[in-house]
Order: sequence, then structure tokens, then C-alpha cells
Amino acid sequence: MYKLLAFLRKHRFFALFLLLEGISFWMLSNTYSYHRSLRFNMVSDFSGTVFEGFSNFTSYFSLKNENEKLLEENARLRNSLSSSFLRTDTSFAFSDSLYLYLPATVVSNSVSKPNNFILLNKGSRHGIEQEMGVISGQGVAGIVIGTSKNYSRVMSVLSRNSRISGRIKKNNQLVNVVWEGGNPRVGLVKDIPSHVRLSQGDTIVTSGNSLIFPAGILIVTVIEQTVSENKDLGTASLAYSTDFNSLQHVYLIKNKMKPEQDSLVNEYVK
Amino acid sequence: MHNPWIKYTVRFTALVLLQVLVLNNINLGGYIHPAVYVLFILLLPVRMNKNLVMLVAFFTGLSIDYFGNTPGLHAGASVLLAFARPGVLSLFFKPIDFGKKEEPGLRKTGWSGFTRYTFVLVLLHHSALFIFETLDFSALHLTLLRILLSSLVSTLGIWW
Repeated sequence: MYKLLAFLRKHRFFALFLLLEGISFWMLSNTYSYHRSLRFNMVSDFSGTVFEGFSNFTSYFSLKNENEKLLEENARLRNSLSSSFLRTDTSFAFSDSLYLYLPATVVSNSVSKPNNFILLNKGSRHGIEQEMGVISGQGVAGIVIGTSKNYSRVMSVLSRNSRISGRIKKNNQLVNVVWEGGNPRVGLVKDIPSHVRLSQGDTIVTSGNSLIFPAGILIVTVIEQTVSENKDLGTASLAYSTDFNSLQHVYLIKNKMKPEQDSLVNEYVK
Repeated sequence: MHNPWIKYTVRFTALVLLQVLVLNNINLGGYIHPAVYVLFILLLPVRMNKNLVMLVAFFTGLSIDYFGNTPGLHAGASVLLAFARPGVLSLFFKPIDFGKKEEPGLRKTGWSGFTRYTFVLVLLHHSALFIFETLDFSALHLTLLRILLSSLVSTLGIWW
């Protein structure tokens, strides 16, 4: 024991180096999967406040653009109001809403890293929880992985750990939309059965299987499909409908039935 | 600024804020991510206790990680930089030439010495950073390109 102490004392610079690198790698290892990043992530009110202060200042530069996007979205929403439809069937009525949409503003965002995160100005105080879906006016944006009192950290769709369950709209085939780094506008689908042919402009929407997003929200449109001769599964490159680079206003989606659905799923998994 | 505590606190805050608010959003051509905050570690006094330098480097990296949600990434790269710093310093300069609290700054070392010192350590730091960020050796040539270009830009940035 004494010898060990003497050894460490002699080589304390190297020992300290190994210790600090060890701590760093332990922390780093938690970022390589979605489920680990749910357990371990650095989100707190302090960083949120710093980013929000800066974003309050810089957001003025894109106000005009944002207003136009909001106007477009308002128009689309007005079109989907029940009063905009000619009602012939009076038995058609909802008793309660299943999904609740909460507006939030982006205070920090990145698109250029292998794993990108979005920080939003709504936190546990506003009822935000882990694994809530996040959409922009144009389509899917990410999933909440951590909350502090006033802020929440979202794993962007632009992350190696992100897999969004989607459905090809024209033929209802299920696919997973992933991102492999690089261009922040282009995603991938890797497991398309060979008999399915996609053409440019086909849309992929959320499947509703994940309990995180409601079904039918736009994720991507197809750019092109590459069919390999020797493999059964083709891949396709896709253009995200959300422009992550200019993301400012988003909606968080709360699935009111999620606890019930989760417990049912868990029962069968066990 | 004669009080070193004030000087280093101001420098630390300014560099961390510059890094997380401005430079982290910069992405030139997909390959260039300048990391200029390492200047803080580079400019610590030459004869400062090297264990202390390493702890300071760890904390500096951790601050960047805290804002970017990259736990351990910048901390690990900065600790590596601090580990190599004494060797690189004695490779290019004579530590005995420096006063007790003197920094290896541009004024003291001249710009050719300062550029060499900076570039070697920045290259090491960025190599660790980009390799552990992607952990994907299939695109190694792209990672190497990112390391090289970003190191050049960071060195230029530090120089400026």
C-alpha cells in the first residue's frame, strides 16, 4: 500500500492525467446511445438563461422570416378547423383531445455536429417530460431527452441516436428515418423492401407507432432511391421538411394516453 | 489588470462565451469547427504547477461541454492538451527564460515560436476532439481533413 502511494506520488502527473481522462470517457460513453442520453445529460437553468439572453438578441434578425412562417401555419390551421368544413354528418364529434400541443421557442440549436441538440424555453414547470415529441410548423424536429425547471433539451432528428418511425404515405410501408451526419437537410432510410419503389417527391410521415408523435406528421420527402443488386433492402436519401438551420418556434407534443399505453407495452415485454 | 484572478476570470468568461455562443454555431463547409477557447489553457503561465494546469484544463473543457451537451468530449481533449503542454513548451522554448508568472504569449515568444507552439497543441487537441466525436473510422479521411482545416483556422483565430 505504501509502495503504491509512493508510486502514485512519484507519477502523480500521469496518474492525474489517467484519472481525468477516465472521468471524461465515462461521461462521453453516455452520449453514444439514445437510452443512455435519457439518463445522463447536462441540462440546467443556468446554460438555458445564458443561451436565452443571447437568442433574445439575435432573434430580431430573422423576425420577418419567422412571421411569414407563422402566417402560413395559421392559414393551414384555419383550414383544418371544424368550422371550415361543410358538416353533413353531425355524429362526428371528439369528446377529448389525445394530443396536447405546447408552443416553445428555441434558445439554442446546432446542425453541424454528429449529435445535435435543441434547447427550448419550456421545462418541467410547464409540464414538459422526457420523451415528448417536438415538431416545427413544417414537420418533425426531435424528442425531449432532459428537462430542467425552465428549459428542456431536445435530441434533434439530426443525431446519430435518432430513429423516427415513419410510414411511406402512398403505400403505408413502415420505415425508420435516420441521420448519418453531414448535410443537415438530408436524412436516410436504410431498410426499404426491394419491391417498394419510391420516386422523387414521395412523402414519409410519422407512423404513430412510437407513442411520441401522432400519426401523419410530415418527416421527409424522398430525393432519390438507390437500389443495390445484391441486397434485398434498398436505401433512399430524403430531404427533411423542417429547416433546422432556421428553427425558432416549435411545438411540444404531450400524449395524454402515454402512461397507459406504456404500461400496456411493458406488460407484454416482460 | 494587475490582479491575476480578475485577468484570468475575465479571459475565461470571454473565451467560453465566444466559443459557445458564436463559434459553436460556425460551420464552414462542414469541415471547419474552430475551437478557440484552448487559448485560455495555452496562455497559462509557463511555470505554473502542471497538475494545476491539468485541473484547470479539465474544468475549462467541462464548461464547454456543459453548454454544448457533449459531456466529457472537450474535457478529455483539453486534459490531453494539458498533459502534452510541458513537453511542447520545453521543445520550443527554455522554461527557465520565463518569469514566475510569465505567460507564453506572443510578445514574449515572437510570432514564429508562438505559432509553432499553438499549432502543435491545437492539432493534438482537435485530433482527440474529432476522433472521439465521431468514433467512426470508416470516414477517417474526412475526420483528418476536419482536424487539419479546423486546426489551421483555430490557430489563425488564436493568432488574431
